[in-house]
Amino acid sequence: MTALPPFQALLDDHAADVMAVLRGAVGRTDAEDCFQETFLAALRAYPQLGDDSNLRGWLLTIAHRKAIDHHRANGRRPLLIAEPEELSGATPEPELDDGIWALVGALPPKQRAAVALRYACDLPHAEIAAALGCSPDAARRSLHEGIKRLRKELA
Amino acid sequence: MKAELRRLTDRAATEGLLDVAYATVDSPFGPLLIASTERGVVKISFPVVYDPEETLEELASQISPRVLEAPARLDDVRRQLDAYFAGRLREFDLPLDWQLSKGFRRRALRAIDRIPYGKTRSYTEIARSAGNERAVRAAGTACGANPIPIVVPCHRVLRSGGALGGYGGGLPMKEALLAMEGVLRKGE
Repeated sequence: MTALPPFQALLDDHAADVMAVLRGAVGRTDAEDCFQETFLAALRAYPQLGDDSNLRGWLLTIAHRKAIDHHRANGRRPLLIAEPEELSGATPEPELDDGIWALVGALPPKQRAAVALRYACDLPHAEIAAALGCSPDAARRSLHEGIKRLRKELA
Repeated sequence: MKAELRRLTDRAATEGLLDVAYATVDSPFGPLLIASTERGVVKISFPVVYDPEETLEELASQISPRVLEAPARLDDVRRQLDAYFAGRLREFDLPLDWQLSKGFRRRALRAIDRIPYGKTRSYTEIARSAGNERAVRAAGTACGANPIPIVVPCHRVLRSGGALGGYGGGLPMKEALLAMEGVLRKGE
């Protein structure tokens, strides 16, 4: 068995993607807390991790679970689309279009996660499926439905 | 992102999830990578062999993969190293973690750790202190494998005749440290 890389390498390589996914999933304001929870959970589990072939997928899976936990804790209320802070562009993030991500944030959970994993993280269908714990076909469907809905919103 | 990462490192430390903290510090000889565990300083890497990636991988496999960059947790080590290099500090006051050395090597390094500032010992003397006077070569190996150089002053160990012997950080560095401590005059 090869040794696990130092955890700092995971932060260097994947922290930005995890944050992007979480912003898409729970909105900018709550993403920070989910980010902390994601990496603390990852650190806790890391020494016992058996398979280190897809650390990015592993981290995104944890992020996805934390986002779901977050929505559950908020009583499954739909995400506010127009959180003023998000749309005012007070803290602009050049690589992300806040308007689009607010719409992504309003998608149903599976579609939202699929879209974020595909476009914020550039993951292929198989990895999206792994992160969501569903089949690649189901992942593709969620992605397709999500995109269709976004197109309608934007039209 | 910087603030988030700092907060994460702090929380990881509070929750006991930061097994190895590391930082890079400047020295007159080049950048040093320093690392510590909850017990104390565990690793200092020489500038000449400065390869942070390899050092961090070794720490991950030998101690724990929970290795995080956390300069704030190494402030005290950095301050004392700075003061030592500036000639303002003669004795380090730092907790040490000896876990990377075992058996005879650890005993030899503990003997080296007791050599005072500005003094030297021979490899034979170190071998004797470690419990086996004839293991001179092994004492030399222990010096070469010292995971915490500078703080554990293996530069103060010389050949019996007074020749410099070897040094993991390169002989010029050994000479410079001994000159700074007043043992050698430059060019001697």
